Amino acid sequence: MLRDDSPPDMERVRQILETHERDPGELLQILIQVQHAYHFIPAEAAELVADHVRVTRAHVRGLVGFYSFLSDTYLGEYVVYVSDNITDRMQGSEGLATYLCNRLGAKLGVTRADGLASVHFTSCTGMCDQGPAALVNGLPLTRLTRLRMDDVAKLIQARTPVAEWPAEFFRVEDNFRRSDVMFRRPTEPGAALRAAMRRGGDETLKEIQYEEAVDPSSGHAWRRGADETLKELYRSDLRGRGGAGFKAAIKWETCRDISAPERYVVCNADEGEPGTFKDRVLLRSYTDMVFEGMTLCGYVVGAARGILYIRQEYWYLKAHLEQVLARRRDDGLLGRNVLGTGFAFDIDIHWGAGAYICGMESALIESIEGRRGKPRKRWPLPVVAGLNRRPTVVNNVETFAAASMIALKGGAWFAGHGTTHSAGTKLFCVSGDCERPGIYEYPFGVSVREVLRDCGGLNAQAVQISGPSGVTISQLEFDRNLAFEDLSTVGTFMVFGPTRDMFDVVRNFTHFFRHESCGLCTPCRVGTSLLANLVDKVAAGKGSPMDVEEVRKISQLLKTTAHCGLGQTAPNHLIDSLLKFRGDWDKRMMVTDFAPAFDLDAALQEARQLTDRDDAAAHL
Amino acid sequence: MSPDTRRTFLLDGREIPFREGQTVFDAAMAAGVYIPHLCHNPDFEPHSSCRLCTVIVNGRPFASCTQPAVAGQDVKSDTAELNEMRRSLTQMLLVEGNHYCPSCEKSGGCRLQATAYALGLQDNHFPQFFPLRDVDASHPDIILDRDRCILCGLCVRISRTVDRKNVFAMTGRGIDTTIVVDSPTGLLADSRVSREDEAVQHCPVGALMMKGEAFTVPIGERPYDRAPINEDSVAQFQAREARLHG
Amino acid sequence: MASKRKIATCSLAGCFGCHMSLLDIDERILELLELVEFDRSPINDIKVIRGMVDIGLIEGGVCNAESVHVLQHFREHCRVLVSVGECAVTGGIPSMRNHHSLKACLEESYIRGIGVENAHVPDDPELPLLLDKVYPLHEVVRVDYHVPGCPPSADALWYVLSALIAGRDPRLPTALLRFD
Repeated sequence: MLRDDSPPDMERVRQILETHERDPGELLQILIQVQHAYHFIPAEAAELVADHVRVTRAHVRGLVGFYSFLSDTYLGEYVVYVSDNITDRMQGSEGLATYLCNRLGAKLGVTRADGLASVHFTSCTGMCDQGPAALVNGLPLTRLTRLRMDDVAKLIQARTPVAEWPAEFFRVEDNFRRSDVMFRRPTEPGAALRAAMRRGGDETLKEIQYEEAVDPSSGHAWRRGADETLKELYRSDLRGRGGAGFKAAIKWETCRDISAPERYVVCNADEGEPGTFKDRVLLRSYTDMVFEGMTLCGYVVGAARGILYIRQEYWYLKAHLEQVLARRRDDGLLGRNVLGTGFAFDIDIHWGAGAYICGMESALIESIEGRRGKPRKRWPLPVVAGLNRRPTVVNNVETFAAASMIALKGGAWFAGHGTTHSAGTKLFCVSGDCERPGIYEYPFGVSVREVLRDCGGLNAQAVQISGPSGVTISQLEFDRNLAFEDLSTVGTFMVFGPTRDMFDVVRNFTHFFRHESCGLCTPCRVGTSLLANLVDKVAAGKGSPMDVEEVRKISQLLKTTAHCGLGQTAPNHLIDSLLKFRGDWDKRMMVTDFAPAFDLDAALQEARQLTDRDDAAAHL
Repeated sequence: MSPDTRRTFLLDGREIPFREGQTVFDAAMAAGVYIPHLCHNPDFEPHSSCRLCTVIVNGRPFASCTQPAVAGQDVKSDTAELNEMRRSLTQMLLVEGNHYCPSCEKSGGCRLQATAYALGLQDNHFPQFFPLRDVDASHPDIILDRDRCILCGLCVRISRTVDRKNVFAMTGRGIDTTIVVDSPTGLLADSRVSREDEAVQHCPVGALMMKGEAFTVPIGERPYDRAPINEDSVAQFQAREARLHG
Repeated sequence: MASKRKIATCSLAGCFGCHMSLLDIDERILELLELVEFDRSPINDIKVIRGMVDIGLIEGGVCNAESVHVLQHFREHCRVLVSVGECAVTGGIPSMRNHHSLKACLEESYIRGIGVENAHVPDDPELPLLLDKVYPLHEVVRVDYHVPGCPPSADALWYVLSALIAGRDPRLPTALLRFD
C-alpha cells in the first residue's frame, strides 16, 4: 500500500470490524488485523476501533504504544524485523541488518521516504536453531546470509508480494534431534480424551445427559472419568513446563473447586524467553496433543472455553492451527458435544503483538482481555480470578501436551521417568555454538554435559540455561542436572563457545530487558534502563569498578522489589556474569576510580559543530 | 488460643492487630506505623507499582499495600536495608522525570519530595535521564506537567473508577511509559476532564494541578512544612479509620 | 590553637544564591573565620587553589567546558568535595535548558532572538564551549556530600560546615533537609 498524505481509506477497517464482536476483549485482535492491513494504525482507524469495542481513544493509544508489533507511524510496504537474540547476533544478524538497510537505502528503524520499507530489530523470533532470522511482513525468514539479503532487497525493490517469494526463504525446520518417551510420535487425535473418559468405567461414552453427567454427586461415569484423570495427573506429579514448576494437578483442582459460573483454560504459547522455540515445534508437529491437553483440562475443571495465546512471531502457523481446530471440531473432539458426551469445549486463538511480559500469566490474561499486558497485583492468583475474573488454568504448551500423554498412559508411567522431584521428560531448545542445534527431549535430570555431548558443543565455555532470565553456567558446572531441584528451566539451552566474549552476551540481555520492561513498577522501569546504560558505559571502555558495584546494587534492588518475575529475574545474568566471567568485564575497565556518567568530550560535539570549532579548548 | 484467631502479626517486633481483609499496609498505618508509599492512596484501590512499601513477610519481599495481613506472620519494614532500597527507588523516580523543586508550585505539598525528606535523601545518586516530556496547559483550569509525573497511575484509576470518565491512560512501555489524555487532539482542553474531577485532586506530585492556585500558601505553612509526611500520613489514615470504622 | 581548616568555594552554572546563603550565617561567620581560612573563593577573588584544601564547596551545575575544568580542579585539590544547592545536586533550574537542543538554545539567544544584531553563534576560542546539557556535579566527578536546597538555608550550611570541621557526619537532619 502506498502512503501519501491523504487519509487512508477506512473500508478495510470496517470490514475487519464486521468480523469482530463489540467486545473490548477483541481489541488487540482487531488492532493486529488493522496493523497487518495498513502497516500501521491510522488515527482514523484507531477511532473507529475504539468506538466499535466501546473503549476510549486513549485506551487504544495505550495498546499501540505498548505492543512492539503495533505502530502509530507507517512502517512501509515491507516491514522487516531482524531477530535480536544473542544467538542471531553470534550468527551475524547485526551486520546483516545493516547490510539490508544499505541495500534498501533505509536507516534502521526509519521508514524509507517513499514508503517502500523499514528495517527494525525485534526480540528473539524463536528461530535460534536456524538463524540468523527475521520476519518480513510477519513471516519468518530463516538461515539468513548476505546472498539471501541481496535477494530479499531485490524482491522488495521490485515490490514482489511476499506470497510470491521463494518458499525456501521461509522454510522452518523442526530440528527435532532427540526424542524420548513423550514425543516419539504424535498421539492419535482423541485417544487421550477417550482414555480419560473411560477411566470413569463407561466404555461406550454414549447417550449421556450432560446435566446429570456434570453433577459431582451423580457418580456418573463421565464425571468419574474427570476425577480419575485428575488423580492420574496427581500420580504423574507433572510440574508446569513454563519454568516455575507449579504442580499442574493442584492448579487444575483449585480451579475446579472454586465456585464460579464459568472457568477458562489458557494455553501460554507466548514463548518469549529468548532462545526458546519448543512451542513452535509442538504447535507445528504435535498440535493435537496440545489441543487435546487443553480439552482434557476443560473436562477436568469444568471449563467450556479454551484460549491459545500465541506470540505473533508464529503467525506463519495460523492456517495450520486453524485447520487442526476445524478438523477436531469435525471429528467431535471440540464443540458443543465432545465425543458425544454433551461436554462442550472449544478453543479460540488469541495473538500476541510483541511483548515478552505477556508470557507472565496475569499479563497474558490482561492481553487477552484487550489491555496493555501489564501484570496484575499479586493476589488473587489467576487460578482463583483470572480471565474475566473467573478461575483460569494457565499452563504452558508443553504442559498440556504432557497432560494428554498422562491421560493416555497413566500417571505412574509418567512418574517413572525423570527424577524424584521432576517427573517426566523435558524439551530442550539447543542453540548457539554447537554442531546440531534443535529440539532435544531428555528425561529430567540429564546433565548439561550430556546435552552438550549430544549436540556437539562440548568445548563450550558457558551455557545459558532458561534464557536471559535464567542461569549462566560455566564449564565448572557442566555436571549439574537439568531438573527443578538443580537447574530449573523452561528448556532454553544457549551454548557459548570458547572464543565468545561473555560481556557481549550480558549486553544483549540487558538491552532485551530494558526493551521488554512493561513500565509498571519503579525498579524495573528505571532499573533496567540504568543497568543498560551502565553496561553500555563499560562496553565503551568508560566504566570503572564503581560502576560494577552500582550494577550489583541495582541488581539486588530489582530482585527484592520488582513487581513481577520479569524485573526480579532481569539481573540474574548480570549477577552470574560478574561472578563467573568477571574477566570479560575487567578487560574493559580503563579507569580504577571514578568515571564520569557520560562521555565528556562527546557532550561538546554539538557545540563544536555549531561553532565550527575544533581547537584544543574545544575538547575535554 | 490458636495462632489463627489471634488476629495480630508482628511488625518489626511489635504486635499489630488487624481486621479480616486488611492489608499489611492498612493494619500498620492504623496502628500508627508509617510505611513509605507513593502510588497508594488508601481511599482508592492499591496498585503496588511504586514498590516503596515493600516489606519482608516471613522472609520474602512483598508490597505491603496489596499483601493481606495474616495472623502470626513476621513482617520487617523499618530496616536499614529496606530503607536504603526505598531511597534508591525514590532516587529512581527523581532521575527518570524532571523535578525542579525550586520552581514547582507543588513544593511543600509534594509527596515525592516529602517522602524523600522522610527517607533522608540528600541527592539523586543516579544519572539524570532529562527526558523530553510534554506539558499540557491547554485546559483553562487544569495543567498536566508530565515532567513531574511518577506514573503512579492514580489519575488513571480514579478517572476510571470514581469519575467514570476514563480521561487518562498510559501509553508507551518501560522507561518510555507516559500518561495520555483521552480527547480527539490528545489535549486536556478537548477532553471531558473538569476541575471537580476526583482524578485531578489526588496527584501525589505536581503533574496534575489546578491553575490559579499556585503559591497561595506561604513557605513554612505548606502541608509538609507543618508536619513531616510520616506523621501526616499516619494521622490522616487514623482519622479516616475513625471515620469509616470508628 | 590548632591550624585552621582550608576551604575553597566556587559557583558554576549557579546564581551565587548559595554563596549568599553562606553569608547569611550572620554572626556565626566570625566563629567560622576562627576555624577556617578561605582559599579560592568568589568571596576573596582568589582564582586558583594553591596546594590542597580540606573542604571544597561548589554551587551550580556543570554547563560548559570551563565548569568541567574548574570542577576537576576542585576535585584534585579538595580532600572533601561538597555539592551545594539544587543546581549542583540535580542540575537545577539551569538544566531546564535540557528540554531543548543546544542548537535551539543558541539560535534563540543569538540568531532569532528579539533585538539580535549581527546574528551568529559566538565562536571565539576564548569562550568555553557549552555541553549538550547541564549536568549535576556527581556525574562528572566523585562528590563526597550533597547539600540540597535552593539555596540551602544558612543553618543547613552551618550545620554541614561545622560538622565537617569537627569531623562529624555532615548529613543533614530531616529538619534542615529542603529541596526548595
